Amino acid sequence: MTKAKTALVIGGGHNGLICATYLAQAGCQVQLVERRDTVGGGAALHHFGEGYSVPALAQMHHPLHPKIAKELKLDAPAPAPASAIIALSREGQHLYLGENGATGTGLSAEDQVAYIAFKQEFGAYAKALGALYLNTAPRLKDFDLADGTVLAKLGWQLRFGLGRDAMREFLRVGGMNVYDILNEKFASPALKGALAAQAVLGNHVGPRTPTTALNYLYARFQELQGPASHGTQIADHLRDAASDAGVSITTGVAVEQIMVSDGVATGASLSDGRVIEADIVVSNADAKATFLNLVGPAQLDAMLTHRISKTRTNGDVSKVNLALDSAPDFAGLNADDLRHRMMIAPDMRYVERAFNASKYGEISQAPVLDIACPSAVNGALAPAGHHVLSINVSFTPYRLKQGWDEGRAVVLQKVLDILEDYSPGIGAKVVASEVLSPVDIEAQYGITGGHWHHGEMSIDQGFMMRPVHGTAQYQTPIEGLFLCGAAAHPGGGITGLPGRNAARRILAKAAR
Amino acid sequence: MTMEKPAMHNFAQVLEPSPFHDRIVAHTLTQNWAEWNGYQTVRVADTVASEYFAVRSSCSVMDLTPMEKYRITGPDALDFLNRLVTRDISKLKPGRVMYAVWCNDKGKVIDDGTIFHLAPGDYRLCAQHHQLDWLLLSSIGFDVTIAKETADIAALSVQGPTAYSVLAAAGAKGLEGLKPFGIIETEMAGIKLTISRTGFTGDLGYELWTDPDNALAMWDAIFAIKHKGLLDVRLIGLDALEMVRIEAGFIMPGWDFNTAENVVRADHDRSPFELGLDWIVKFDKPYFTGKKALLEERARPARRRLVKLSLEGNRVPSGSFLFDRKDGTNVGSVVAHMWSPILKTALAYGDVELTKGALPDQLWAEIYYQKELKWRLAWAKCTVHSAPFWQHERRSKTPPLTS
Repeated sequence: MTKAKTALVIGGGHNGLICATYLAQAGCQVQLVERRDTVGGGAALHHFGEGYSVPALAQMHHPLHPKIAKELKLDAPAPAPASAIIALSREGQHLYLGENGATGTGLSAEDQVAYIAFKQEFGAYAKALGALYLNTAPRLKDFDLADGTVLAKLGWQLRFGLGRDAMREFLRVGGMNVYDILNEKFASPALKGALAAQAVLGNHVGPRTPTTALNYLYARFQELQGPASHGTQIADHLRDAASDAGVSITTGVAVEQIMVSDGVATGASLSDGRVIEADIVVSNADAKATFLNLVGPAQLDAMLTHRISKTRTNGDVSKVNLALDSAPDFAGLNADDLRHRMMIAPDMRYVERAFNASKYGEISQAPVLDIACPSAVNGALAPAGHHVLSINVSFTPYRLKQGWDEGRAVVLQKVLDILEDYSPGIGAKVVASEVLSPVDIEAQYGITGGHWHHGEMSIDQGFMMRPVHGTAQYQTPIEGLFLCGAAAHPGGGITGLPGRNAARRILAKAAR
Repeated sequence: MTMEKPAMHNFAQVLEPSPFHDRIVAHTLTQNWAEWNGYQTVRVADTVASEYFAVRSSCSVMDLTPMEKYRITGPDALDFLNRLVTRDISKLKPGRVMYAVWCNDKGKVIDDGTIFHLAPGDYRLCAQHHQLDWLLLSSIGFDVTIAKETADIAALSVQGPTAYSVLAAAGAKGLEGLKPFGIIETEMAGIKLTISRTGFTGDLGYELWTDPDNALAMWDAIFAIKHKGLLDVRLIGLDALEMVRIEAGFIMPGWDFNTAENVVRADHDRSPFELGLDWIVKFDKPYFTGKKALLEERARPARRRLVKLSLEGNRVPSGSFLFDRKDGTNVGSVVAHMWSPILKTALAYGDVELTKGALPDQLWAEIYYQKELKWRLAWAKCTVHSAPFWQHERRSKTPPLTS
C-alpha cells in the first residue's frame, strides 16, 4: 500500500469487518467505528427476554465465500451439518428440500427428479454469474481493462462454462419470474411455495414479479458456498479476525458527518465530539444514510442525490423472536428437524397474496413465515429446556397505513395464530416475545427503511447500477470515499463479497 | 421543502393572456403572436424595424410576464442557490441581481437566468424555461420553499436610451441612484412596484415588477408619456428582442445551444466553458452541481466554443456552416445570425470545434443566398469578438443619462 496509510471504516457490520480486515492485512492503519455497542450488525447475536438470544437479523446464512476465508487466512468454522428447507404442512406432510434432493410424503417421483435437475441447472447459472458477483461490476460505458476482463470472464462462463444450450436457456429464464419458472418445472404446490418464498424473501417482490429469477439465482449462489447454519457465531469470528489483523474497533460511537474538503473525504466527526482523519473513508452504511445523511446533498450533484433518494429501500420483513418454555412441537417433525429452515408458504399464490397486501401498505392477512430454531443446535441461547424461535415475517411493509405502534401487536398475533395451526399449543409455551418491524430495524441497525439488503435487490438496482450508476464500483463521487456494504454490488445476504470487493478496489486504486 | 399546488390550467384557453393583454392587443397591429411559456406573446407588434429602433434610439416596452419566476425562501435558500448555480451567490447582496447558469451533473448547462436578492434570505429566480422540476429535484436535503410565481407577478421591460426619462416622467421615484443590477422597492403614479436596472439589450433599461392587479395602471402610466407627446414609447415583440440580445451578447438557451436534460444525442449539450461563460464558473465556492465534471473538463483542452462573429459583406449567414478557410474543413455552424442596423454589419454566433483547445486561425462562413429565387453561394470571412457587439456607456452610467 503506497498512498493510503490510514483508513476509517464506518459501521461494523460483517462487510465492514471484512473490508477492514483486508485493508489492515494489506498494511493500512484501520479504525472501525460502530454506533451499536457490539459489532456484527444484523449478523450479531441479539438478546431478549430473560436469558434468551437469537441471531439479530441473519437468522440462517450460508458460509462466506471460501475465497474470503482463504485470502484472509481465517480459521474456518466447523462446517455446518447439511441443512434443508422444510416446507411445513398443516397436515404434517412436510417436504424436505435439500441441496441434493427433495423428499416428503406425497411428493411425486417426477417432482423429485425435476428438483434435482432444477437445483443443478440453477446451480450452473449461479456459478456462471459468480464471475460477476466476485468482481467489481463492470461499467458498460468507458470501461477500462478491469471492466473488460470481468465482462470477458462473464461471457466465457456463460458461453463455455454453461455451454451453448444452457446459455440460451439462461438467457430465456434470467428475466423471468419464479412463478412461471417453477410452474414449468414442478407440480407440487408446497414445493413451489417454499422455493418461491426463498426467492422473494427480503425484497419487495412477489413470485410473479419480473426478474425474480435473478433473486433466486442470488440465493442459489449463496447455497453453493455450503450448507446454511444459524447466524450465532459469524460476528465474533469476524471481529476477532479484524482485531487480529490490527483493526482498531470503537463501539458505541456514531459517525455524525463524513468530512469533505474540495471533493475529497478527509475523515469523519463522531458523536462523542472526536474527529478522525483518514486517507480513506469506507462506509458500511446504506447509500441513503451515507450520501444523504453523512456526506450531505450540499457536497453532491443534484441528479445523483435525486437518484439515491429514489432508490427503493423500504423493508418488508419483520423479525419476530419468541422464547418458549419447552421445545416446539410440529406434528411430523422430530427434534433433529428443528435445526433446518422451516418455511410456511404453502403455495405460490399464498406468497403472491401475502405480497399484495404490502403493496398497499398493509400487513399480509397470511404472511410468509421463515422460521429458525437456533436453540436446537446451540443450548446456550436459552435456559435449559427452553427454546427460541427466530421468525422472518413477510410481508409487513415499512410504510404501514395503520402505523407500526399498532402494527407490532398485529404481526405478533398473526404469527401466533398461524403457528398454532402448524404446532397446536405453541402459544401457551411463549414466555417472551418481541417484534422488530422494518421501522425498528431501521432505528436499531441504522439501515434506511429497515431493508435487509440496504435496498431492493433488483436488476435496476443491481450490478453496475448498485446502489445507483455514478457511484457503483464501490467508488463514490467523493474522492477517497468508498462503499463496502450491502448497498454495493453484489448486495445483501451474508456473502462478505461487498466488503471484499470494496477492499480489493481500494487497494488496487492505491497501488496505482 | 414545500411546493404550492399549481392552479388548474384552463384547457379551453390554449394560450394564457398576460395581465397586460388588453393593452397589448390594442398595440399589436399585425396580430402576429407567438407562444412563450404558455402565454400569448407578441412576435411583432408593428414592424420589426420600428421596434428595433425603439430599443436603440428611444424607449421600448416588452411584456416580461411569461418569464418563468420562482420565489426561493427558507433557512437554506442561500445554500440551495449556491449548490444550484456556478456563481457564488453568497456574494449577491440584498437589493442586487446576478446573472447565472445552472448545470446538470455532467456540467452541461440546463438554463440561464437572473437571481434577485429581494430581501435577506428572500430570492427570486427568473429563467428562460420552466425549471420547477429541476429546482425541486435540487432541493432534496435543503430546508427551502420553492414557489412558482410566474403568474403572480406582472412584469414589463422598459429599455432604451430614454427609458429613464420615460419612467421618471411617469412618476417612478428613486431611479436616479439605481445602479446596474440594483433593485428598489418604489412607487410610480401611486402604484407600488419593484424596479430593477436589468435587461437584455446592452443599453440603459429597467424591469418593472408588480401585482397583476396593478398591471394596466402601470402600463397606462408609462404610455401616458407617449400620448402626451413627450417621448416615444413603443411595444416590442420577440423578433426585435432577438436582434438586440444578439447585439448585446446574450445567449438564448434552447436556441443558441441545446439545454442539458433535453438532449438526445451524446455531446450535443454544452458546458459553460463551451458557451464562453468561463467568467461565471467559480470553483472557489462550496460544491455546486456539475463542479466535479467542470473541473475535469477544465483540465482537458477545450473541444468547442460558442463564439461571437461579425462577417464581411452584407449577407447574413443563415444556417451557414463554418470553415477554417475558404473551401476548407468544416469546423462548425452558425446558431444565431442577424443584420445589425446600428452596427451596419452581419453578426452571428458560431458553434466552433477547437483544435488542441484553440480556434482555427481563420473562420469562413459558407453563405447560401437567393437572387430572384436562384440560389448562389458566397464566402464571408468572420472576425471573432470577445466583448459584446453593442454595449453603450448609457448601460452603466449612474445617475442615468437623460434625453
